[in-house]
Amino acid sequence: MEAYEIISAVRSGKRPTAALFIERLFDSFIELYGDRSFADDPAIVGGIALLGEMPVTVIAIEKGSSVDERVKRNFGSAKPEGYKKALRLMKQAEKFGRPILTIIDTPGAYSGMEAEERGQGYAISNNLLNMISLKTPIISLFIGEGGSGGALALAVSDEVWILEGAVYSVISPEGAASILWKDSSKADEAANYLKLTADELDKLKVVDKIIKESGPFYSRLKKDISKKFTSLLTLDGEELIDKRYARFRKY
Amino acid sequence: MFLNKTMFLRPKNKLEDDASPQTDRIITCPSCRKKMPVKEISDALKVCDNCGYHFEMHARERIEKLFDADSFEEIMADLTSKNILSFPDYDKKLSESMTRSNENESVIVGTARVNGRKCAVFSMEYYFMMGSMGAVTGEKITSLFEHATEHDLPVVGFCLSGGARIQEGVISLMQMAKVSGAVEKHDRKGLFYLSVLLNPTTGGVTASFATQGDIILAEPNALIGFAGPRVIEQTMRRSLPKGFQRAEFLKDKGFVDKIVDRRDLRDTISSLLSIHSKEE
Ligand SMILES: [Zn+2]
Repeated sequence: MEAYEIISAVRSGKRPTAALFIERLFDSFIELYGDRSFADDPAIVGGIALLGEMPVTVIAIEKGSSVDERVKRNFGSAKPEGYKKALRLMKQAEKFGRPILTIIDTPGAYSGMEAEERGQGYAISNNLLNMISLKTPIISLFIGEGGSGGALALAVSDEVWILEGAVYSVISPEGAASILWKDSSKADEAANYLKLTADELDKLKVVDKIIKESGPFYSRLKKDISKKFTSLLTLDGEELIDKRYARFRKY
Repeated sequence: MFLNKTMFLRPKNKLEDDASPQTDRIITCPSCRKKMPVKEISDALKVCDNCGYHFEMHARERIEKLFDADSFEEIMADLTSKNILSFPDYDKKLSESMTRSNENESVIVGTARVNGRKCAVFSMEYYFMMGSMGAVTGEKITSLFEHATEHDLPVVGFCLSGGARIQEGVISLMQMAKVSGAVEKHDRKGLFYLSVLLNPTTGGVTASFATQGDIILAEPNALIGFAGPRVIEQTMRRSLPKGFQRAEFLKDKGFVDKIVDRRDLRDTISSLLSIHSKEE
């Protein structure tokens, strides 16, 4: 498939959203709300889940499945309070030695006035700074759209995994085409150059694993996550953050 | 990054005057319309003496004018970007930017002194793709923080950026995490990072090292934000109020510690470095 067809598919609303992954991968889930400062951001769902016997902190960007829910979830565009909630839950996970799974599906961080007023840039930068030194294992799973800084704010992780039909990009192809060529209709061309598909990201070593979407893939994914967490949990905090530093230092 | 990590020293560049090499040329202040010779502006840190308008400055000029004379020792000066994704026209864009800015990349890094006190410094270049963040930009800033951490130096960073380097795709995005890692190590060692936000500071630079300073200063009226104003207008389907995303607005909202006129910046940097000094 051409890169732009893949993008169109992740935007179509026909792919499963984060909620289904939480349901299929975990045996129970207790959702926790709010950033303790301003509000709860429905674009980010967070809480504690059980992976078999293992308690895991889950933080997911949720686009919503129905029209009403999509509006409520702001189409998966998080605001500063969402990123702050995510960081609060990550710090909580670190305190209690729980591994973290982040599930990412976002067109990007919300670019409205109130997001700017409440420090969208700072909220993201503070997550990057804290995630890189978080002394608990983190796996990030890209399931659909991986939009720029708004995705990276939850993906400074030990392992970055991507579904074969998902994407991760610094900018939307429309944005790239309109900035570079003043012509957003050249988005399909830009999509090819941006190298945003799972295969291209794998070649660039931006992702560590591509998840095939065929067969009993939730149960396979569940096993893989469980195995990876078990192995990462054998590292002590310092080893973990040294490895994570090296992972991102290579770019 | 896949580059050799030798650090280079190079002789200081002769300052190119962006407005004109002829110092007797007259320019008009875009803010108050006063006419004045270019030389007068250049000698005054490129600030209009009538209304205080801050003109653009080269990265190198900023270091040379704000730090002790001849104290800047540049490192990694020879690193240049590669067209890693084979993005169309990127090579051409790079060579044009080098000519236009007289720099090899969108940032210069090294060490310098203010009133004799040594610090690590990075300064981003307006005339090189508007300070956009490519892999080399990220590499130079990351290496600078690592150098500062190793040698117990504070970092002064002049941030200016239109955002990510689209032509480097997701590799540009990864620089945000890479630099943040180096900032975090510097931070963890108890060292001081002073970030100075210039016009404009947006996108991935705002969402990473620009807003990770212990203290964040801004030049008056600098545009500072994550999303650019046009993107926000599209999202909101309305025009933005006057002053939105300007330094003064950011200070009111609690995201900037202090707005400092460029003419006072040297003294402010000097005081802050002195207060955070580990030497005495
Ligand atoms: Zn003026």
